Amino acid sequence: MLDLETIIKRVQEAVPSCRIELVSNESHSGHHSLLVDDGHAVEVARFLRDAPDICLDYASNVTGIDWLNSTVKEKVPVTETVEGEEKVNEKTVEKTVPGYLEVVYHLYSMRLKQGPVILRMRTGNRDPDVHLPSLTPVYRSAELQEREVYDLFGIVFDGHPDMRRLLMWEEFEDHPMRKDYFPPEESDESPIDEQARPKQ
Amino acid sequence: MTSTEEVESISEKSERLLNISMGPQHPSTHGVFRMKAVLDGETVVKLTPVFGYLHRNHEKLAERTSYLGNMPYTDRLDYFCSLTNNWAYALSVERLAGIEVPERAEYLRVITAELTRLQNHLAFLGFLLNDMGVWATVLIYGFREREKILDLFESLTGARMMCNYMRFGGCRCDVPDGWVEEAKRITDELPGVLDELEQLLTDNEIVVARTQGVGTVPGRKAINAGLTGPVLRASGVNYDVRKVDSYGVYDRFDFSVPLGSVGDCYDRFMLRLLEMRQSLNILKAALNELPSGPIINPKAKNRNLRPPAGEAYGRIESPKGELGFYLVSDKSGTPYRYRVRPPSLVNLTLLEDMCVGQKVADVVVILGSIDIILGEVDR
Repeated sequence: MLDLETIIKRVQEAVPSCRIELVSNESHSGHHSLLVDDGHAVEVARFLRDAPDICLDYASNVTGIDWLNSTVKEKVPVTETVEGEEKVNEKTVEKTVPGYLEVVYHLYSMRLKQGPVILRMRTGNRDPDVHLPSLTPVYRSAELQEREVYDLFGIVFDGHPDMRRLLMWEEFEDHPMRKDYFPPEESDESPIDEQARPKQ
Repeated sequence: MTSTEEVESISEKSERLLNISMGPQHPSTHGVFRMKAVLDGETVVKLTPVFGYLHRNHEKLAERTSYLGNMPYTDRLDYFCSLTNNWAYALSVERLAGIEVPERAEYLRVITAELTRLQNHLAFLGFLLNDMGVWATVLIYGFREREKILDLFESLTGARMMCNYMRFGGCRCDVPDGWVEEAKRITDELPGVLDELEQLLTDNEIVVARTQGVGTVPGRKAINAGLTGPVLRASGVNYDVRKVDSYGVYDRFDFSVPLGSVGDCYDRFMLRLLEMRQSLNILKAALNELPSGPIINPKAKNRNLRPPAGEAYGRIESPKGELGFYLVSDKSGTPYRYRVRPPSLVNLTLLEDMCVGQKVADVVVILGSIDIILGEVDR
Protein backbone atom coordinates (compact mmCIF):
# COMPACT_ATOMS: atom_id res chain seq x y z
CA MET A 1 0.00 0.00 0.00
CA LEU A 2 1.36 3.37 -1.01
CA ASP A 3 1.43 5.84 1.83
CA LEU A 4 -0.73 8.94 1.63
CA GLU A 5 2.24 11.29 1.06
CA THR A 6 3.17 9.36 -2.06
CA ILE A 7 -0.44 9.31 -3.24
CA ILE A 8 -0.63 13.10 -2.79
CA LYS A 9 2.54 13.51 -4.88
CA ARG A 10 1.23 11.22 -7.60
CA VAL A 11 -2.12 13.03 -7.69
CA GLN A 12 -0.38 16.40 -7.98
CA GLU A 13 1.68 15.09 -10.89
CA ALA A 14 -1.40 13.73 -12.65
CA VAL A 15 -3.79 16.62 -11.93
CA PRO A 16 -1.41 19.58 -11.54
CA SER A 17 -3.92 22.31 -10.71
CA CYS A 18 -5.74 20.44 -7.91
CA ARG A 19 -5.44 21.28 -4.25
CA ILE A 20 -5.07 18.18 -2.11
CA GLU A 21 -4.01 18.02 1.50
CA LEU A 22 -3.68 15.52 4.30
CA VAL A 23 -6.25 15.63 7.11
CA SER A 24 -4.84 13.85 10.11
CA ASN A 25 -6.92 11.83 12.53
CA GLU A 26 -5.80 11.56 16.12
CA SER A 27 -7.91 8.57 17.11
CA HIS A 28 -6.53 5.06 17.53
CA SER A 29 -7.76 4.00 14.11
CA GLY A 30 -5.04 6.05 12.41
CA HIS A 31 -7.30 6.57 9.40
CA HIS A 32 -5.93 9.77 7.88
CA SER A 33 -7.71 11.21 4.90
CA LEU A 34 -7.21 13.40 1.82
CA LEU A 35 -9.07 16.68 1.38
CA VAL A 36 -9.65 17.43 -2.30
CA ASP A 37 -10.93 20.67 -3.76
CA ASP A 38 -14.32 20.20 -5.37
CA GLY A 39 -13.23 21.56 -8.75
CA HIS A 40 -10.93 18.60 -9.39
CA ALA A 41 -12.45 15.83 -7.27
CA VAL A 42 -13.83 13.86 -10.22
CA GLU A 43 -10.48 13.95 -12.03
CA VAL A 44 -8.65 12.93 -8.86
CA ALA A 45 -11.05 10.05 -8.21
CA ARG A 46 -10.72 8.87 -11.80
CA PHE A 47 -6.93 8.93 -11.49
CA LEU A 48 -7.01 7.02 -8.19
CA ARG A 49 -9.26 4.40 -9.77
CA ASP A 50 -7.32 3.97 -13.00
CA ALA A 51 -3.65 4.28 -11.92
CA PRO A 52 -2.49 0.63 -12.00
CA ASP A 53 -0.45 0.73 -8.78
CA ILE A 54 -3.13 2.58 -6.76
CA CYS A 55 -6.23 1.02 -8.35
CA LEU A 56 -8.87 2.15 -5.85
CA ASP A 57 -11.63 0.47 -7.82
CA TYR A 58 -14.22 0.21 -5.07
CA ALA A 59 -15.95 3.00 -3.11
CA SER A 60 -17.26 1.31 -0.01
CA ASN A 61 -18.86 4.03 2.04
CA VAL A 62 -20.14 7.46 1.08
CA THR A 63 -21.53 9.74 3.73
CA GLY A 64 -21.88 13.32 4.88
CA ILE A 65 -20.98 15.15 8.06
CA ASP A 66 -22.46 18.44 9.25
CA TRP A 67 -19.98 20.67 11.06
CA LEU A 68 -21.63 23.56 12.88
CA ASN A 69 -20.05 26.95 13.48
CA SER A 70 -17.53 26.53 16.25
CA THR A 71 -15.63 28.90 18.47
CA VAL A 72 -11.95 28.27 18.97
CA LYS A 73 -10.09 29.92 21.82
CA GLU A 74 -6.66 31.14 20.78
CA LYS A 75 -4.00 32.72 22.88
CA VAL A 76 -2.57 35.78 21.21
CA PRO A 77 0.47 37.65 22.59
CA VAL A 78 -0.37 41.32 23.20
CA THR A 79 2.24 43.94 23.97
CA GLU A 80 1.02 46.40 26.59
CA THR A 81 2.73 49.41 28.09
CA VAL A 82 2.05 49.60 31.81
CA GLU A 83 3.70 52.49 33.71
CA GLY A 84 6.35 53.00 31.08
CA GLU A 85 7.32 49.31 30.96
CA GLU A 86 6.55 47.09 28.00
CA LYS A 87 5.03 43.75 28.91
CA VAL A 88 4.02 40.89 26.70
CA ASN A 89 0.80 39.36 27.94
CA GLU A 90 -1.20 36.52 26.54
CA LYS A 91 -4.75 37.30 25.76
CA THR A 92 -7.43 34.74 24.94
CA VAL A 93 -9.36 35.60 21.82
CA GLU A 94 -12.43 33.74 20.67
CA LYS A 95 -12.50 33.04 16.98
CA THR A 96 -15.52 31.78 15.09
CA VAL A 97 -14.85 29.06 12.57
CA PRO A 98 -17.69 28.99 10.06
CA GLY A 99 -19.50 25.68 9.72
CA TYR A 100 -19.46 23.55 6.62
CA LEU A 101 -20.74 20.28 5.23
CA GLU A 102 -18.38 17.49 4.35
CA VAL A 103 -18.67 14.37 2.20
CA VAL A 104 -16.47 11.37 2.98
CA TYR A 105 -15.65 8.54 0.56
CA HIS A 106 -13.97 5.35 1.79
CA LEU A 107 -12.10 3.89 -1.18
CA TYR A 108 -10.59 0.42 -1.34
CA SER A 109 -8.83 -1.60 -3.97
CA MET A 110 -10.51 -4.92 -4.67
CA ARG A 111 -7.85 -5.95 -7.17
CA LEU A 112 -4.84 -5.16 -4.98
CA LYS A 113 -6.79 -5.91 -1.78
CA GLN A 114 -5.68 -2.68 -0.13
CA GLY A 115 -7.19 0.31 1.53
CA PRO A 116 -8.76 2.39 2.77
CA VAL A 117 -7.90 5.73 1.21
CA ILE A 118 -10.37 8.29 2.49
CA LEU A 119 -11.36 11.23 0.28
CA ARG A 120 -13.15 14.27 1.67
CA MET A 121 -14.78 17.26 0.04
CA ARG A 122 -16.03 20.33 1.86
CA THR A 123 -18.59 22.99 1.06
CA GLY A 124 -17.87 26.62 1.86
CA ASN A 125 -20.84 27.07 4.18
CA ARG A 126 -23.99 25.45 5.54
CA ASP A 127 -26.50 27.11 3.23
CA PRO A 128 -29.64 25.12 2.40
CA ASP A 129 -28.52 24.75 -1.21
CA VAL A 130 -24.86 23.70 -1.33
CA HIS A 131 -23.29 21.94 -4.28
CA LEU A 132 -20.48 19.40 -4.64
CA PRO A 133 -19.47 17.33 -7.65
CA SER A 134 -20.82 13.80 -7.82
CA LEU A 135 -18.41 10.87 -7.97
CA THR A 136 -21.12 8.54 -9.32
CA PRO A 137 -19.70 8.75 -12.88
CA VAL A 138 -16.51 7.23 -11.45
CA TYR A 139 -17.98 4.94 -8.80
CA ARG A 140 -21.47 3.65 -9.44
CA SER A 141 -21.63 2.51 -5.81
CA ALA A 142 -22.00 6.17 -4.84
CA GLU A 143 -25.30 6.42 -6.71
CA LEU A 144 -27.72 5.50 -3.94
CA GLN A 145 -25.45 6.71 -1.16
CA GLU A 146 -25.08 10.21 -2.68
CA ARG A 147 -28.84 10.34 -3.03
CA GLU A 148 -29.06 9.55 0.66
CA VAL A 149 -26.58 12.34 1.49
CA TYR A 150 -28.64 14.77 -0.60
CA ASP A 151 -31.81 13.62 1.13
CA LEU A 152 -30.57 13.80 4.69
CA PHE A 153 -27.90 16.54 4.52
CA GLY A 154 -29.04 18.69 1.62
CA ILE A 155 -25.89 18.59 -0.48
CA VAL A 156 -26.74 18.70 -4.19
CA PHE A 157 -24.37 16.53 -6.22
CA ASP A 158 -23.70 18.04 -9.65
CA GLY A 159 -23.34 15.42 -12.35
CA HIS A 160 -25.39 12.79 -10.54
CA PRO A 161 -27.63 10.97 -13.03
CA ASP A 162 -30.68 10.81 -10.76
CA MET A 163 -30.55 13.45 -8.02
CA ARG A 164 -33.70 12.69 -6.02
CA ARG A 165 -34.47 12.00 -2.39
CA LEU A 166 -33.84 8.41 -1.37
CA LEU A 167 -35.56 7.78 1.95
CA MET A 168 -37.84 10.73 2.68
CA TRP A 169 -40.78 11.46 0.42
CA GLU A 170 -40.50 13.99 -2.43
CA GLU A 171 -42.67 16.66 -0.76
CA PHE A 172 -40.54 16.69 2.39
CA GLU A 173 -38.74 19.99 2.66
CA ASP A 174 -35.98 19.75 5.25
CA HIS A 175 -32.82 17.69 5.64
CA PRO A 176 -33.09 15.71 8.88
CA MET A 177 -29.44 14.80 9.45
CA ARG A 178 -28.37 18.44 9.73
CA LYS A 179 -27.38 19.16 13.29
CA ASP A 180 -29.77 22.10 13.62
CA TYR A 181 -32.80 20.18 12.36
CA PHE A 182 -35.72 19.71 14.69
CA PRO A 183 -38.83 17.85 13.67
CA PRO A 184 -41.89 20.12 13.72
CA GLU A 185 -43.39 18.58 16.88
CA GLU A 186 -40.28 19.36 18.88
CA SER A 187 -39.77 22.98 17.85
CA ASP A 188 -40.69 25.88 20.15
CA GLU A 189 -43.23 27.23 17.71
CA SER A 190 -45.24 24.06 17.99
CA PRO A 191 -48.98 24.66 17.69
CA ILE A 192 -49.50 22.28 20.59
CA ASP A 193 -48.46 24.62 23.40
CA GLU A 194 -49.35 24.73 27.06
CA GLN A 195 -52.78 26.26 26.47
CA ALA A 196 -53.88 23.54 24.14
CA ARG A 197 -52.82 20.71 26.43
CA PRO A 198 -55.59 19.13 28.52
CA LYS A 199 -55.38 20.15 32.17
CA GLN A 200 -54.62 17.40 34.62
CA MET B 1 -33.10 13.06 -38.07
CA THR B 2 -35.65 10.57 -36.95
CA SER B 3 -37.75 9.26 -39.75
CA THR B 4 -41.55 9.37 -39.51
CA GLU B 5 -41.77 5.61 -39.35
CA GLU B 6 -39.48 5.49 -36.33
CA VAL B 7 -41.54 8.11 -34.52
CA GLU B 8 -44.63 6.09 -35.21
CA SER B 9 -43.06 2.92 -33.92
CA ILE B 10 -41.98 4.66 -30.69
CA SER B 11 -45.46 6.04 -30.05
CA GLU B 12 -46.95 2.66 -30.91
CA LYS B 13 -44.60 1.09 -28.45
CA SER B 14 -45.39 3.61 -25.71
CA GLU B 15 -49.04 2.73 -26.11
CA ARG B 16 -48.14 -0.89 -25.61
CA LEU B 17 -46.08 -0.26 -22.47
CA LEU B 18 -47.62 -1.02 -19.14
CA ASN B 19 -46.70 0.65 -15.85
CA ILE B 20 -47.02 -1.55 -12.81
CA SER B 21 -46.17 -1.02 -9.19
CA MET B 22 -44.81 -3.97 -7.22
CA GLY B 23 -44.99 -3.47 -3.51
CA PRO B 24 -44.69 -2.01 -0.96
CA GLN B 25 -47.31 -4.48 0.27
CA HIS B 26 -46.26 -7.50 -1.73
CA PRO B 27 -45.03 -10.75 -0.16
CA SER B 28 -42.15 -11.15 -2.59
CA THR B 29 -40.56 -7.80 -1.77
CA HIS B 30 -39.26 -9.10 1.58
CA GLY B 31 -40.84 -6.29 3.53
CA VAL B 32 -41.92 -2.86 2.42
CA PHE B 33 -39.92 -2.36 -0.76
CA ARG B 34 -41.47 -0.98 -3.91
CA MET B 35 -40.50 -1.27 -7.56
CA LYS B 36 -42.06 0.76 -10.34
CA ALA B 37 -41.73 -1.35 -13.46
CA VAL B 38 -42.46 -0.53 -17.08
CA LEU B 39 -43.34 -3.63 -19.06
CA ASP B 40 -43.44 -4.38 -22.75
CA GLY B 41 -45.59 -7.47 -22.77
CA GLU B 42 -43.97 -9.49 -20.02
CA THR B 43 -40.50 -8.03 -20.54
CA VAL B 44 -39.16 -5.38 -18.16
CA VAL B 45 -38.13 -2.18 -19.98
CA LYS B 46 -37.46 0.02 -16.98
CA LEU B 47 -37.45 -0.54 -13.25
CA THR B 48 -37.22 2.10 -10.54
CA PRO B 49 -36.80 1.03 -6.94
CA VAL B 50 -38.54 3.18 -4.30
CA PHE B 51 -37.01 3.23 -0.85
CA GLY B 52 -37.87 4.63 2.52
CA TYR B 53 -41.05 2.90 3.69
CA LEU B 54 -39.24 1.59 6.77
CA HIS B 55 -37.07 4.67 7.30
CA ARG B 56 -36.82 5.81 10.92
CA ASN B 57 -33.53 7.72 10.72
CA HIS B 58 -31.52 5.22 12.70
CA GLU B 59 -28.42 7.42 12.35
CA LYS B 60 -30.00 10.52 13.86
CA LEU B 61 -31.36 8.51 16.79
CA ALA B 62 -27.91 7.02 17.31
CA GLU B 63 -26.31 10.46 17.39
CA ARG B 64 -28.51 11.32 20.37
CA THR B 65 -27.75 8.14 22.31
CA SER B 66 -24.68 6.98 24.20
CA TYR B 67 -22.21 4.65 22.52
CA LEU B 68 -23.39 1.71 24.60
CA GLY B 69 -27.04 2.64 24.18
CA ASN B 70 -26.70 2.12 20.44
CA MET B 71 -25.65 -1.51 20.77
CA PRO B 72 -29.17 -2.95 21.15
CA TYR B 73 -30.39 -0.63 18.40
CA THR B 74 -27.96 -2.16 15.89
CA ASP B 75 -29.90 -5.44 16.32
CA ARG B 76 -32.77 -3.78 14.46
CA LEU B 77 -30.79 -3.03 11.29
CA ASP B 78 -30.59 -6.47 9.74
CA TYR B 79 -32.92 -8.19 12.16
CA PHE B 80 -31.97 -11.67 10.93
CA CYS B 81 -28.31 -11.12 11.80
CA SER B 82 -28.18 -9.09 15.00
CA LEU B 83 -24.91 -10.67 16.12
CA THR B 84 -22.94 -9.57 13.07
CA ASN B 85 -24.40 -6.07 13.39
CA ASN B 86 -23.23 -6.00 17.01
CA TRP B 87 -19.78 -7.10 15.95
CA ALA B 88 -19.40 -4.46 13.22
CA TYR B 89 -20.43 -1.71 15.62
CA ALA B 90 -18.22 -3.00 18.44
CA LEU B 91 -15.30 -3.27 16.01
CA SER B 92 -15.64 0.37 14.95
CA VAL B 93 -15.88 1.65 18.51
CA GLU B 94 -12.89 -0.50 19.50
CA ARG B 95 -10.89 1.03 16.65
CA LEU B 96 -12.02 4.51 17.62
CA ALA B 97 -11.17 4.14 21.30
CA GLY B 98 -8.28 1.67 21.00
CA ILE B 99 -9.81 -1.20 22.99
CA GLU B 100 -8.25 -4.67 22.94
CA VAL B 101 -10.45 -7.77 22.92
CA PRO B 102 -9.47 -10.92 24.86
CA GLU B 103 -8.98 -14.15 22.95
CA ARG B 104 -12.00 -16.04 24.28
CA ALA B 105 -14.29 -13.18 23.31
CA GLU B 106 -12.84 -13.17 19.79
CA TYR B 107 -13.61 -16.87 19.49
CA LEU B 108 -17.14 -16.39 20.81
CA ARG B 109 -17.62 -13.63 18.25
CA VAL B 110 -16.47 -15.89 15.42
CA ILE B 111 -18.74 -18.72 16.63
CA THR B 112 -21.83 -16.53 16.94
CA ALA B 113 -21.13 -14.75 13.64
CA GLU B 114 -20.77 -18.01 11.70
CA LEU B 115 -23.93 -19.41 13.30
CA THR B 116 -25.63 -16.19 12.20
CA ARG B 117 -24.38 -16.70 8.65
CA LEU B 118 -25.71 -20.27 8.64
CA GLN B 119 -29.19 -19.35 9.83
CA ASN B 120 -29.32 -16.37 7.44
CA HIS B 121 -28.41 -18.49 4.44
CA LEU B 122 -30.82 -21.26 5.44
CA ALA B 123 -33.63 -18.73 5.59
CA PHE B 124 -32.39 -17.18 2.33
CA LEU B 125 -32.74 -20.51 0.49
CA GLY B 126 -36.27 -20.91 1.78
CA PHE B 127 -37.33 -17.40 0.81
CA LEU B 128 -35.72 -17.67 -2.63
CA LEU B 129 -37.61 -20.87 -3.35
CA ASN B 130 -40.76 -19.18 -2.02
CA ASP B 131 -40.17 -16.49 -4.63
CA MET B 132 -40.00 -19.18 -7.30
CA GLY B 133 -43.34 -20.54 -6.22
CA VAL B 134 -42.29 -23.53 -4.12
CA TRP B 135 -44.53 -22.26 -1.42
CA ALA B 136 -43.06 -22.95 2.06
CA THR B 137 -41.58 -26.42 1.39
CA VAL B 138 -37.93 -25.39 1.41
CA LEU B 139 -38.66 -22.57 3.82
CA ILE B 140 -39.87 -25.04 6.43
CA TYR B 141 -36.75 -27.20 5.93
CA GLY B 142 -34.60 -24.10 6.36
CA PHE B 143 -36.54 -22.83 9.36
CA ARG B 144 -36.36 -26.25 11.03
CA GLU B 145 -32.58 -25.93 11.16
CA ARG B 146 -32.62 -22.20 11.84
CA GLU B 147 -34.78 -22.89 14.88
CA LYS B 148 -32.00 -24.95 16.45
CA ILE B 149 -29.52 -22.12 15.96
CA LEU B 150 -31.98 -19.58 17.38
CA ASP B 151 -32.36 -21.84 20.43
CA LEU B 152 -28.58 -21.65 20.83
CA PHE B 153 -28.76 -17.85 20.65
CA GLU B 154 -31.54 -17.81 23.19
CA SER B 155 -29.65 -19.87 25.74
CA LEU B 156 -26.52 -17.76 25.21
CA THR B 157 -27.92 -14.23 25.00
CA GLY B 158 -31.49 -14.48 26.29
CA ALA B 159 -33.00 -13.47 22.96
CA ARG B 160 -33.58 -15.31 19.74
CA MET B 161 -33.22 -12.44 17.28
CA MET B 162 -32.47 -9.21 19.14
CA CYS B 163 -29.38 -10.63 20.80
CA ASN B 164 -27.57 -7.46 21.98
CA TYR B 165 -24.65 -9.70 22.85
CA MET B 166 -21.41 -7.84 22.18
CA ARG B 167 -19.79 -5.12 24.19
CA PHE B 168 -16.81 -2.88 23.53
CA GLY B 169 -13.83 -5.07 24.42
CA GLY B 170 -15.63 -8.41 24.45
CA CYS B 171 -19.00 -10.06 24.95
CA ARG B 172 -21.77 -9.59 27.49
CA CYS B 173 -21.87 -13.06 29.05
CA ASP B 174 -20.09 -16.38 28.87
CA VAL B 175 -21.55 -19.57 27.42
CA PRO B 176 -23.78 -21.56 29.79
CA ASP B 177 -22.92 -25.14 30.75
CA GLY B 178 -23.30 -27.58 27.91
CA TRP B 179 -23.68 -24.87 25.27
CA VAL B 180 -20.49 -25.74 23.40
CA GLU B 181 -21.46 -29.43 23.28
CA GLU B 182 -24.91 -28.55 21.97
CA ALA B 183 -23.39 -26.22 19.36
CA LYS B 184 -21.01 -29.02 18.31
CA ARG B 185 -23.90 -31.44 17.99
CA ILE B 186 -25.82 -29.05 15.75
CA THR B 187 -22.69 -28.30 13.71
CA ASP B 188 -22.16 -32.02 13.18
CA GLU B 189 -25.75 -32.52 12.06
CA LEU B 190 -25.80 -29.66 9.55
CA PRO B 191 -23.67 -31.21 6.76
CA GLY B 192 -26.35 -33.90 6.39
CA VAL B 193 -29.02 -31.21 6.10
CA LEU B 194 -26.98 -29.39 3.48
CA ASP B 195 -26.57 -32.64 1.54
CA GLU B 196 -30.33 -33.02 1.63
CA LEU B 197 -30.92 -29.46 0.45
CA GLU B 198 -28.35 -29.81 -2.33
CA GLN B 199 -29.88 -33.04 -3.49
CA LEU B 200 -33.29 -31.42 -3.49
CA LEU B 201 -32.35 -28.15 -5.18
CA THR B 202 -29.14 -27.99 -7.19
CA ASP B 203 -30.28 -30.18 -10.09
CA ASN B 204 -33.94 -29.36 -9.70
CA GLU B 205 -35.36 -28.64 -13.12
CA ILE B 206 -37.48 -25.71 -11.96
CA VAL B 207 -34.64 -24.08 -10.00
CA VAL B 208 -32.30 -24.40 -12.98
CA ALA B 209 -34.89 -23.04 -15.42
CA ARG B 210 -35.80 -20.10 -13.23
CA THR B 211 -32.29 -19.04 -12.20
CA GLN B 212 -29.70 -19.91 -14.84
CA GLY B 213 -28.88 -16.96 -17.09
CA VAL B 214 -31.26 -14.71 -15.13
CA GLY B 215 -30.04 -11.38 -13.76
CA THR B 216 -26.41 -11.78 -14.84
CA VAL B 217 -23.85 -9.28 -13.53
CA PRO B 218 -20.28 -9.21 -14.90
CA GLY B 219 -17.50 -8.93 -12.30
CA ARG B 220 -16.12 -5.53 -13.34
CA LYS B 221 -19.54 -3.93 -13.20
CA ALA B 222 -20.18 -5.51 -9.80
CA ILE B 223 -16.96 -4.01 -8.39
CA ASN B 224 -17.77 -0.53 -9.70
CA ALA B 225 -21.29 -0.70 -8.31
CA GLY B 226 -19.94 -1.65 -4.89
CA LEU B 227 -21.69 -5.00 -4.67
CA THR B 228 -20.31 -7.06 -1.79
CA GLY B 229 -20.76 -10.40 -0.15
CA PRO B 230 -22.20 -13.44 -1.94
CA VAL B 231 -23.65 -11.24 -4.73
CA LEU B 232 -20.17 -10.02 -5.63
CA ARG B 233 -18.46 -13.37 -5.30
CA ALA B 234 -21.09 -15.00 -7.51
CA SER B 235 -19.70 -12.76 -10.28
CA GLY B 236 -16.27 -14.32 -9.75
CA VAL B 237 -14.60 -11.55 -7.75
CA ASN B 238 -12.52 -12.99 -4.93
CA TYR B 239 -13.17 -10.49 -2.17
CA ASP B 240 -14.13 -11.51 1.33
CA VAL B 241 -13.48 -9.05 4.17
CA ARG B 242 -12.69 -11.99 6.45
CA LYS B 243 -9.69 -12.77 4.22
CA VAL B 244 -8.75 -9.36 2.83
CA ASP B 245 -9.11 -7.08 5.85
CA SER B 246 -8.99 -9.77 8.51
CA TYR B 247 -10.66 -8.84 11.78
CA GLY B 248 -11.02 -10.82 15.01
CA VAL B 249 -9.23 -14.15 14.79
CA TYR B 250 -10.34 -15.16 11.28
CA ASP B 251 -6.70 -15.48 10.18
CA ARG B 252 -6.39 -18.55 12.42
CA PHE B 253 -8.99 -20.58 10.57
CA ASP B 254 -8.62 -22.55 7.40
CA PHE B 255 -11.48 -21.80 5.04
CA SER B 256 -11.84 -21.07 1.37
CA VAL B 257 -13.89 -18.45 -0.44
CA PRO B 258 -16.33 -20.02 -2.94
CA LEU B 259 -16.64 -18.16 -6.23
CA GLY B 260 -19.19 -18.13 -9.02
CA SER B 261 -18.33 -17.85 -12.69
CA VAL B 262 -21.41 -16.51 -14.49
CA GLY B 263 -22.90 -14.11 -11.94
CA ASP B 264 -26.51 -15.14 -12.48
CA CYS B 265 -29.18 -16.02 -9.92
CA TYR B 266 -28.09 -19.68 -9.94
CA ASP B 267 -24.53 -18.72 -8.94
CA ARG B 268 -25.83 -16.50 -6.17
CA PHE B 269 -28.01 -19.35 -4.93
CA MET B 270 -25.22 -21.99 -5.13
CA LEU B 271 -22.75 -19.67 -3.45
CA ARG B 272 -24.81 -19.56 -0.28
CA LEU B 273 -24.89 -23.36 -0.16
CA LEU B 274 -21.11 -23.52 -0.59
CA GLU B 275 -20.53 -20.72 1.92
CA MET B 276 -22.43 -22.62 4.58
CA ARG B 277 -19.98 -25.54 4.22
CA GLN B 278 -17.08 -23.15 4.83
CA SER B 279 -18.85 -21.63 7.84
CA LEU B 280 -19.19 -25.14 9.25
CA ASN B 281 -15.42 -25.65 8.86
CA ILE B 282 -14.74 -22.43 10.78
CA LEU B 283 -17.32 -23.32 13.44
CA LYS B 284 -15.91 -26.78 14.00
CA ALA B 285 -12.39 -25.43 14.49
CA ALA B 286 -13.53 -22.51 16.67
CA LEU B 287 -15.65 -24.70 18.94
CA ASN B 288 -12.78 -27.17 19.38
CA GLU B 289 -10.15 -24.53 20.04
CA LEU B 290 -12.27 -22.21 22.23
CA PRO B 291 -9.69 -20.98 24.79
CA SER B 292 -10.46 -20.23 28.42
CA GLY B 293 -10.03 -16.79 29.87
CA PRO B 294 -11.97 -13.56 30.35
CA ILE B 295 -14.78 -12.71 27.94
CA ILE B 296 -14.36 -8.97 28.23
CA ASN B 297 -11.38 -6.69 28.57
CA PRO B 298 -11.54 -5.54 32.23
CA LYS B 299 -10.07 -2.16 31.30
CA ALA B 300 -12.65 -1.49 28.60
CA LYS B 301 -15.13 1.20 29.50
CA ASN B 302 -18.66 0.64 28.24
CA ARG B 303 -20.87 2.96 30.24
CA ASN B 304 -20.07 6.66 29.74
CA LEU B 305 -17.56 5.86 27.04
CA ARG B 306 -16.00 9.04 25.67
CA PRO B 307 -13.59 8.09 22.90
CA PRO B 308 -10.82 10.54 21.95
CA ALA B 309 -11.68 12.93 19.13
CA GLY B 310 -11.25 11.44 15.69
CA GLU B 311 -12.90 8.98 13.38
CA ALA B 312 -12.85 5.29 12.56
CA TYR B 313 -14.34 2.97 9.97
CA GLY B 314 -14.78 -0.69 10.80
CA ARG B 315 -16.17 -3.24 8.38
CA ILE B 316 -16.97 -6.93 8.56
CA GLU B 317 -18.25 -9.61 6.22
CA SER B 318 -21.87 -9.86 7.29
CA PRO B 319 -24.03 -12.59 5.70
CA LYS B 320 -25.42 -9.99 3.26
CA GLY B 321 -22.14 -8.30 2.35
CA GLU B 322 -19.79 -5.70 3.70
CA LEU B 323 -21.31 -4.09 6.78
CA GLY B 324 -19.44 -1.00 7.93
CA PHE B 325 -19.80 1.53 10.71
CA TYR B 326 -18.23 4.97 10.36
CA LEU B 327 -17.97 6.90 13.61
CA VAL B 328 -16.79 10.42 14.35
CA SER B 329 -16.15 11.35 17.96
CA ASP B 330 -15.96 14.84 19.43
CA LYS B 331 -14.90 13.53 22.85
CA SER B 332 -18.47 13.63 24.13
CA GLY B 333 -20.57 10.68 25.27
CA THR B 334 -22.56 10.44 22.04
CA PRO B 335 -21.13 9.91 18.56
CA TYR B 336 -20.91 13.15 16.57
CA ARG B 337 -21.49 11.17 13.40
CA TYR B 338 -22.70 7.60 13.22
CA ARG B 339 -23.06 6.04 9.82
CA VAL B 340 -24.07 2.54 8.81
CA ARG B 341 -22.78 1.29 5.48
CA PRO B 342 -25.68 -1.00 4.59
CA PRO B 343 -24.77 -3.90 2.27
CA SER B 344 -28.43 -4.52 1.42
CA LEU B 345 -28.89 -0.98 0.08
CA VAL B 346 -25.70 -0.82 -1.96
CA ASN B 347 -26.34 -4.29 -3.41
CA LEU B 348 -29.56 -2.88 -4.90
CA THR B 349 -27.59 -0.40 -7.06
CA LEU B 350 -27.65 -2.78 -10.01
CA LEU B 351 -31.23 -4.01 -9.55
CA GLU B 352 -32.47 -2.22 -12.65
CA ASP B 353 -29.53 -3.46 -14.76
CA MET B 354 -30.22 -7.01 -13.62
CA CYS B 355 -33.94 -6.84 -14.37
CA VAL B 356 -34.13 -4.98 -17.70
CA GLY B 357 -34.75 -7.45 -20.51
CA GLN B 358 -35.98 -10.15 -18.14
CA LYS B 359 -39.54 -11.29 -17.64
CA VAL B 360 -41.54 -9.69 -14.84
CA ALA B 361 -41.70 -12.98 -12.95
CA ASP B 362 -37.89 -13.05 -12.92
CA VAL B 363 -37.78 -9.71 -11.08
CA VAL B 364 -39.06 -11.50 -8.00
CA VAL B 365 -36.35 -14.16 -8.27
CA ILE B 366 -33.61 -11.57 -8.91
CA LEU B 367 -34.64 -9.54 -5.87
CA GLY B 368 -34.74 -12.72 -3.82
CA SER B 369 -31.26 -13.73 -4.99
CA ILE B 370 -29.75 -10.44 -3.80
CA ASP B 371 -30.98 -11.15 -0.25
CA ILE B 372 -32.04 -7.76 1.10
CA ILE B 373 -33.58 -6.90 4.41
CA LEU B 374 -35.57 -3.70 4.68
CA GLY B 375 -34.55 -2.89 8.23
CA GLU B 376 -31.10 -2.31 6.81
CA VAL B 377 -32.00 -0.85 3.41
CA ASP B 378 -34.13 1.93 4.86
CA ARG B 379 -32.63 2.23 8.35
